[in-house]
Amino acid sequence: MATTARKSSKSKKEQPKYSKEQYLSWYELMLRIRRFEEAALLAYSQQKIRGFLHVYIGEEAVAAGIESAIRREDAVITAYRQHGTAIGRGVSTRAAMAELFGKKTGINKGKGGSMHFFSAKHRYFGGNGIVGAQIPVGTGIAFAEKYKGTDNICVTMFGDGAARQGALHESFNMAMTWQLPVLYICENNHYAMGTSVARTSNVHEIYKIGCAYEMPSEPVDGMNPESVHEAVSRAAEHVRSGKGPYFLEINTYRYKGHSVSDPAKYRTKEELMQYRAKDPIKTIEARILDFGLASAEELKDIKQRIEAEIQDAVRFAEESPYPDPEELYEDVYVQPDYPFMKD
Amino acid sequence: MGKILQLREAIREGMVEEMRRDERVFLMGEEVGQYNGAYKVSKGMLDEFGPKRVIDTPISELGFAGIGVGAAMNGLRPIVEFMTWNFAVLAFDQVVNNAAKTLNMSSGEFTCPIVFRGPTGSAGQLAQQHSQTFESWLGNAPGLKVISCVDPADAKGLIKSAIRDDDPVCMMESELMYGYKGEVPEGEYLVPIGVAAVRRTGSDVTIVSFNKMMIQALKAAEELAKESISAEVIDLRTIRPVDYHTIIESVKKTNRLVVVDESWPLFGVSAEIAYEVQKFAFDYLDAPVIRVNAADTPLPYAPTLVEAWLPNPEKVIRAVKQVMYVPAN
Repeated sequence: MATTARKSSKSKKEQPKYSKEQYLSWYELMLRIRRFEEAALLAYSQQKIRGFLHVYIGEEAVAAGIESAIRREDAVITAYRQHGTAIGRGVSTRAAMAELFGKKTGINKGKGGSMHFFSAKHRYFGGNGIVGAQIPVGTGIAFAEKYKGTDNICVTMFGDGAARQGALHESFNMAMTWQLPVLYICENNHYAMGTSVARTSNVHEIYKIGCAYEMPSEPVDGMNPESVHEAVSRAAEHVRSGKGPYFLEINTYRYKGHSVSDPAKYRTKEELMQYRAKDPIKTIEARILDFGLASAEELKDIKQRIEAEIQDAVRFAEESPYPDPEELYEDVYVQPDYPFMKD
Repeated sequence: MGKILQLREAIREGMVEEMRRDERVFLMGEEVGQYNGAYKVSKGMLDEFGPKRVIDTPISELGFAGIGVGAAMNGLRPIVEFMTWNFAVLAFDQVVNNAAKTLNMSSGEFTCPIVFRGPTGSAGQLAQQHSQTFESWLGNAPGLKVISCVDPADAKGLIKSAIRDDDPVCMMESELMYGYKGEVPEGEYLVPIGVAAVRRTGSDVTIVSFNKMMIQALKAAEELAKESISAEVIDLRTIRPVDYHTIIESVKKTNRLVVVDESWPLFGVSAEIAYEVQKFAFDYLDAPVIRVNAADTPLPYAPTLVEAWLPNPEKVIRAVKQVMYVPAN
């Protein structure tokens, strides 16, 4: 009997778990992020973008799976590899690209650059440059939601490097003690700059850190938006229902170096190829075609539309003006007549 | 007419009035609730406001300072108490890298209306790690406002202004001075941030000070008066933005300046004031500006070493006589 059942389920064609719109929306968002990052790398090589540039290529399924599983009113905060998360939140590629170019039409008037996008309208709290420092801030955003009595949650994201900061432990401890509506997500791309997870701790499975605080914690496959969506939906529901924090370790991979100046010599080509073989965009594209949710022609149309959008974003960024020097003294204090020391 | 309050009571009254006025204001820190405050500043506040708004934290300065920053970015108005600013060094990342920069790096998308407060400076024989002043460290960072005062009326009026301020404010208090009494006006009383106070008018020399060194400066002025030296004493009250106009006006009148500052001498508040005065009142100075600071060393434990380390009225009088070219006794 058992053998027959297994045989019949094997021969039965796998059915899509989610709607056509959902798969196409993941595909489109992941493609938008990847094309955006590729265009940013090109512009960087042309010295149109300066400073630090940390791209999200390879990790797109994480942003896509989180966004489809939470509400627009929920808050999101992350670290500095953040273009994908911001675009996932709804920040336009024009405003994002113009920010990278340091233009006044950027999402933050050219003041934040690659590491610091913020948008109150999108409930996006940055874009934070100090490793792990956003973890207590995200905890505080969640604290405010509980204080105000909403059922919003705060998704607080960080990398595997930040998991070794004391700020994480202090935050986990207080969030559990006070049962705050915070969903912690570690995007484990396996390297803190050039140092592998295994070289930074005796604990290699990062989700286990949550267990020390009796926080529900689990690992997630981050190379597919379906698995991310499924885990985040479940975790978000737990947090939203007032049961306190949840911790997901989403395993992913960055195809490029830590930043554009990093040739990534600390890892093997084989390892990279292993992850490229599980590329989230290719995976979802294949599933859309397998499930018959869209034709190759339809996907081609999406690709062309995204490519045109990114080209337009680059053109927009290039043509936009830089901020005026007078802007220097704006947005330092809310007080309009703050007496700056100018000489 | 006012009432006589201790410094701790005045700060408490300011916080309590603002918490009654605005639901978004809450107090968070180590021992602020059940213990009624390490220095009893928050005594009785848990009883009135309950644990939702008077929150005891674990010993996690970095963590709860960051939680305060996040809460401020998301619509609340936190007061974060540090048991002393010495422990807040652990939290400086949140104060300097986040609170001070939220508005700028978000280009105004988010504000950070938060008050960080606690005692600063030496407090007897507490030795090296519990005896530091941080006004010049924090005053150096654009995006922050820094208050440092001990007069009870000022403390009440300034903490109320700080809580209502949309920018992050650091308030520096004093362990030794929490029992210091002064008259506080009845009813609603606010003191604007960024305005110094002339505590004593005089014509021969200007003495600028702040926080508990004000007491030393005023004692020195009293002694000097007996020798017919008329000292004008200015209480800075706010370190950032510094009210140098009041200082300049005074120096134009007295032509001499002594700065009394418990900070270490290098790159401190006294150095900044000396800069302002040479810049804006160069032609009025009849002598170089002299500063009286803590010694350029950590503070050791032994009483003789504490005595040698701190500014005191004798050192201030010596400095005043130096700028007046009067031989010391």
